[in-house]
Amino acid sequence: MKPPAFDYHDPRTIDDAIALLVRHGGEAQLLAGGQSLVPMLNFRLAAPAVLIDLNRIPDLAYIKEDRGQLCFGAMTRQRQVEFSPLVAHRLPLMIEATRLAGHLPTRTRGTVGGSIAHADPAAEYPAIVTALEGEMVVQGAAGKRVIKAADFFRGAFTTAIDPGEILVEIRMPVTPDHSGWAFEEFSRRHGDFAIVETAVMLTFDANRRCRAARVAVSGAGAIPLRMPAVERMIEDSDLSEKIIVEASAQAAELIDPATDLHASAGYRRHLTRVLVRRALTRAAAQARGRN
Amino acid sequence: MAEPRKISFTINGMVRDGQAEPRRLLADFIRDDLGLTGTHIGCEHGVCGACTILFNGAAVRSCLMLAVQAEGADLRTVEGLASADGQLDRLQQAFRDHHALQCGFCTPGMLMAAWDLLRVNPTPTEDEIRTGLSAVLCRCTGYQGIVEAVKAVAGQRHAAR
Ligand code: FES
Ligand code: FES
Repeated sequence: MKPPAFDYHDPRTIDDAIALLVRHGGEAQLLAGGQSLVPMLNFRLAAPAVLIDLNRIPDLAYIKEDRGQLCFGAMTRQRQVEFSPLVAHRLPLMIEATRLAGHLPTRTRGTVGGSIAHADPAAEYPAIVTALEGEMVVQGAAGKRVIKAADFFRGAFTTAIDPGEILVEIRMPVTPDHSGWAFEEFSRRHGDFAIVETAVMLTFDANRRCRAARVAVSGAGAIPLRMPAVERMIEDSDLSEKIIVEASAQAAELIDPATDLHASAGYRRHLTRVLVRRALTRAAAQARGRN
Repeated sequence: MAEPRKISFTINGMVRDGQAEPRRLLADFIRDDLGLTGTHIGCEHGVCGACTILFNGAAVRSCLMLAVQAEGADLRTVEGLASADGQLDRLQQAFRDHHALQCGFCTPGMLMAAWDLLRVNPTPTEDEIRTGLSAVLCRCTGYQGIVEAVKAVAGQRHAAR
């Protein structure tokens, strides 16, 4: 189908975008890369009276390192991330996940902030910011505020961004030394949203024991699930095969998956166990190799 | 401002102007307003890839963009691949040589996606070719001929290095 009629604005600055958002209130919808919103417009699942297109705001597209964090402007294209030497060097986990997000032609347009603000329960970036305890910077007429990942995702397709606010930046810690990482997902076809996916970051100490573990699972609930109980089983261990098997079994226990068109709850549980095991195994080997 | 907007962009090396309502999809504008029907529309929601074109040099789904977003851009469609005298470009010739099409519906999208793939990775492995081509669906060929065609072009580049 074709989109319904809407008024269209393409502001050049963040301030202009916020002013438009304030003026039009609930009537308005922000357009980022459009790889989820335009299909919804075409299906008429979304029918905003006003569309505010963020694609002509250059200040929203950048990748920079700042005080131990990698900062992504919300309108940074996924394709930009995929080929960024800075990201490859400082946060390679993000590149691994990006290659699993859609296809090259959708990554040309798709943005980091769009994916996170859309908060699809099966999208890759929400899983990473959750695992790495990233931060989202939102801006409204009253200024900026920073929201931690743990407080940001409120439900499927629902975030803590208030009406009148725009997501402007996403921050994640750069990869510590002696770390290993892995992003594992299972989807029916390459480029599809995952049925289940997991993001893992392990940091070892000089004695090859795990100093810090970060594990998140997505697709098995409404929001990405950080797994402190699993992390505690791994931390201060040598990540032997036995521990990895136990930790991944624990991860499968912690989720509360739904049965839907794509997979049964039992199958999601099974996938969680298998994917977490694979991710931990790969990340541990890598961390040891870099020690 | 749901009224039509003036737009102007370059497509296949020519500057074209027009008017588009904001809701007009870029794919429809290219096909219906500019008469460039080489770009196909299969699903209209970003899944099939038949509508893939190059937008400022990079492949995009033209059914997931608004025509007004193309203002000032440089576009290329399948019509822009062959030279003015009708000589097929290398990728098109390889598609022909390797029977990479049957009904041809997916072909414009396949060509543009493969073009972008070879641009970012001039010497892809078969695995990388298959991953790249998974951006476009083909209901006829079983993909083998398409993979062979892209491999052949990549092979020429391997040899040229
Ligand atoms: S018509 Fe655009 S992806 Fe199918
Ligand atoms: S040749 Fe018919 S869809 Fe590909």
